[in-house]
Amino acid sequence: MSETRTRIDALVGGNDVVLFMKGTALFPQCGFSSQAVAILDHLGVAFETVDVLQDPEIRQGIKDYSDWPTVPQLYVKGEFVGGSDIMTEMFQAGELQQLLDEKQVAKAV
Amino acid sequence: MPMPADEIETLIRDGIPDARVEIVDLAGDGDHYEARVISESFRGEPRVKQHQRVYAALGGRMGNELHALKLSTIVPD
Repeated sequence: MSETRTRIDALVGGNDVVLFMKGTALFPQCGFSSQAVAILDHLGVAFETVDVLQDPEIRQGIKDYSDWPTVPQLYVKGEFVGGSDIMTEMFQAGELQQLLDEKQVAKAV
Repeated sequence: MPMPADEIETLIRDGIPDARVEIVDLAGDGDHYEARVISESFRGEPRVKQHQRVYAALGGRMGNELHALKLSTIVPD
């Protein structure tokens, strides 16, 4: 368990924007993950994804790590932002863009 | 495994007593719901914390029996 935690620490700490999701950015395997990717694409930020379907330890571990029962989960600069509902609400309110600007996240190239 | 809407509502109300809860069965299949939870007790709390309190009220069902729940937490005007 603590090994999983260390791996998640590295993923969250090593990427400005990281989305834990089902499937990949190109081939999401769940509607909620697909929506999360669409929002990040639309905002034009560079982001890393972690496919939890490929890794059972991360799949359970990220839920414990964030105290959050579902995937997708978004982290920005090491901070847990939320799942797809919160991402959608924040996006619609312009708050997600604002957060990414404040955190000076790199744009997608 | 489907879960009846009134059971979801009851669980949320038990966990957050002042909450007003509106449940919509999005697909009519007892498996894909939207819940709007309106509570004064959310005031001043970050969204993540508000959602965590609803998930706590659902006692581990979220992501298990309760597969798809679109959640909105709202502070009353």
